[in-house]
Amino acid sequence: MLRLSIAALAGAIFGLGLLVSGMTDTTKVRGWLDVFGDWDPTLAFVMGGAMLPMAVAWRVAAARRAARLTAFDGGDLPGPAPRGIDTPLVAGSVLFGAGWGLAGLCPGPALASLGFGGATGLLFAAAMLAGMVLARYVNLSANRTAGA
Amino acid sequence: MIGVAGAICLLGSGRIMGVSGIVGGLVDGTGRRTAAERLVFIAALIVAPAAAASLTGGAATHLTTNLAQIAAAGLLVGLGTRIARGCTSGHGVCGISRLSLRGIVATLVYILAGGVTVAAMRALGVF
Repeated sequence: MLRLSIAALAGAIFGLGLLVSGMTDTTKVRGWLDVFGDWDPTLAFVMGGAMLPMAVAWRVAAARRAARLTAFDGGDLPGPAPRGIDTPLVAGSVLFGAGWGLAGLCPGPALASLGFGGATGLLFAAAMLAGMVLARYVNLSANRTAGA
Repeated sequence: MIGVAGAICLLGSGRIMGVSGIVGGLVDGTGRRTAAERLVFIAALIVAPAAAASLTGGAATHLTTNLAQIAAAGLLVGLGTRIARGCTSGHGVCGISRLSLRGIVATLVYILAGGVTVAAMRALGVF
C-alpha cells in the first residue's frame, strides 16, 4: 500500500511537472530540438532543473546504500549505474531522437497528455506501445536480458 | 517538480523513474512482479495533468494532425527507447544527475538525432 501510494504521488507530480514545464507542448519541444535552426533553449532549463533534486536524491541514496539502509518503503536502492556504451544504446537513441523530433512527444509526455491530447494523442501512444512490442523482436544482445 | 517526482521514486521505493522502462516492463512482461506499482504510476501520470488541464480550461499538445507522421514517430519512440533501455526521464534526468556515462551519451545522441530530424523535416517541407 505504501509502495502504491508512493507510485501514485510520484506519477501525479511528474505528470503535473511535465504539463507545467511545457514538455507536453510539441511546439515547445520542436523548438528545443531545433538545435541546428531556430533553437529555443527553454526546455534545457526544465531538464537541468529536474536534475538538481535528482542529484541530491542520488547522493542520499548512495549514502543510505553504503550504510546498508533501504528506500523509505523497504525497497532496495539501486547499485552503481551500468557502465559501457554499446550499440543498442546509441542506435536506440538515434531512433528515439528521430521519433521525438518527428512528433515532439517522448514517453512521459505522451502519457501525461492522454487526458487532453485527443485522438491523435491516443494514436501516438498506441504506436509507441507497438514500437515497444516490436523492440522485443529486434535481435540486439541488450534486449535479451530481463530488464530493470 | 519532475526532479522531485524522481527523487520520491528513488528514495521512496528505490526505483528509477524511467518511463520507457516502467511501460516497457509491462509490455514485455519483465515487470510482471511490479505490475501494480507501474500501473498506479502510469494512471497518476495520466490523470493528474488531465484533471489540471480541465480545471484550467484545457491544455494543448499542438500535435500534428498528420496521422502517418504520428504513427511513424510513435513507433520510433517505442522501438528506440526499448533498444536504448531508456528515454528522457530515465537516461536524461535520472541518468545525467548521477553522472551516468550511458545517460550522458544517450541524451547527447537523442537530442542530436532530434535536431537532425527537425532540420531534415524543415528542409523537406514537412514542417
